[in-house]
Amino acid sequence: MFCDVVAAIGPEHAGRFCSRFVDGTWVTIKLLIESSIVGLMIAVPMALARVSHSRVLSGVSYAYIYVFRGTPLLVQLFIIYYGLAQFQAVRESVVWIVLRDAYWCGLITLTLNTSAYVAEILRGGIRAVPHGEVEAARACGMSTALTYRRLILPMAFRIAWPAYGNEVILLLKGSALVSTITVFDLMGVTRTIFSRTYSLDIFVYAGFIYFAITFVLTGLFRAAEYRLNRHMRDRPRTAAVLRPGVGSQG
Amino acid sequence: MFEVLSYGPNGFGDELLQGAWLTIQLAVVSLLFGLVMGLLTAAAKLSRNHVARFFAGVYTTLIRGIPEMLVVLVVYFGGSQLLRLMLDFFGDRGYVEISAFAAGVLALGLVFGAFSSEVFRGAFLAVPKGQVEAGIACGMAPRQVFFRIRMPQMWRFAIPGLGNLWMVLLKDTSLVSVVALDELLRWSKVAAETTSRPFTFYIAAAVIYLFFTIISDVGRHYAEKRANRGVRMA
Repeated sequence: MFCDVVAAIGPEHAGRFCSRFVDGTWVTIKLLIESSIVGLMIAVPMALARVSHSRVLSGVSYAYIYVFRGTPLLVQLFIIYYGLAQFQAVRESVVWIVLRDAYWCGLITLTLNTSAYVAEILRGGIRAVPHGEVEAARACGMSTALTYRRLILPMAFRIAWPAYGNEVILLLKGSALVSTITVFDLMGVTRTIFSRTYSLDIFVYAGFIYFAITFVLTGLFRAAEYRLNRHMRDRPRTAAVLRPGVGSQG
Repeated sequence: MFEVLSYGPNGFGDELLQGAWLTIQLAVVSLLFGLVMGLLTAAAKLSRNHVARFFAGVYTTLIRGIPEMLVVLVVYFGGSQLLRLMLDFFGDRGYVEISAFAAGVLALGLVFGAFSSEVFRGAFLAVPKGQVEAGIACGMAPRQVFFRIRMPQMWRFAIPGLGNLWMVLLKDTSLVSVVALDELLRWSKVAAETTSRPFTFYIAAAVIYLFFTIISDVGRHYAEKRANRGVRMA
């Protein structure tokens, strides 16, 4: 129905390919949500390992993060999708059901990749937590695990939130690369249609859609940031003192 | 397994190194173009001219909001069509294409310029204003103030950000393989498909990229140390 409207009022190619664009956009959004959530779940223990005092944990996580941040996403995609298929052991094992499918390979690669970046961002957040607060928690008798759960991780998140939002936007842009391993996300649909029409309009529509998604994501993250920091905002009473006339009750 | 990676006619080793060399060339030329774009855009953003600020804002918002792959494809296909349009206008109806290397440099340079403009803007704003004022008080012309006071000190603040963007640039060169530039990833793909050993060659490509990353890390460390020479740290 949406596409009928677009076909009626939109420029020439938009109506013809609208439904394909919608399908592609939906795949992109699914990829984005799934990989960011699972990536976050991997990144938290990875970040904890990275800041731990154990050299083994710290070293292993440093290596993981360095490899995934130091090699291009495209190479990682090719290794997982094309590379793993080289081995007969993989093709005959039970994981082949998953690794055979391009969408799953793309999802796995994006997840691992983003987990490395988010782990590094979280590590920065953890290190930025004021040490005085950690000392106070120790003085109150909180165990390390409790300190992490109630103090360090929530604060680290709040501190790292803008950088995390930035990383999710980068994940969106990275998701476009799965089109090279034949996943029909927005970019894949775009390239397919372009290869038939050779009309540059197609890229403009795709760019517009990516832009719109970026815009919505940025808005969501800003709103969340506002809410996360609500304890730091001026209270109505303070606002009324600083700026007379603001605030309903004095 | 290692024979396929060997140098010479039997293995793809020399082709991979050739691709790696082209990758470096692409990255360096894009860096130069991107630095120029970034400095110009930062200057536009910091200027008092509304029009300049507006166009700089549109440019950076646009490029930062769409995937780099889309930029590469648009520049490559759009560039070719633009060239054809221009030639048509002058009456020549031949077929012309923009080279993949040029398209790559243009696209990657535009992306680098958009992101680095923010880095440069922050770096220029971080130079203590008192020094600029002192320069003016000493009777320096604005041009002298810029080149002797602001620009040299700006680099100290810009290098960490630029270092990160360089790493991203290095990795984004792999995207240009999509428009058939014979850089490292493209050669890996050819080798992988010819010998049916994708894992071997993509891992080899990953190792080479990792090697470039490590070298860049070391280089960035030294650049930061040199830029911060004589500065007392907290």
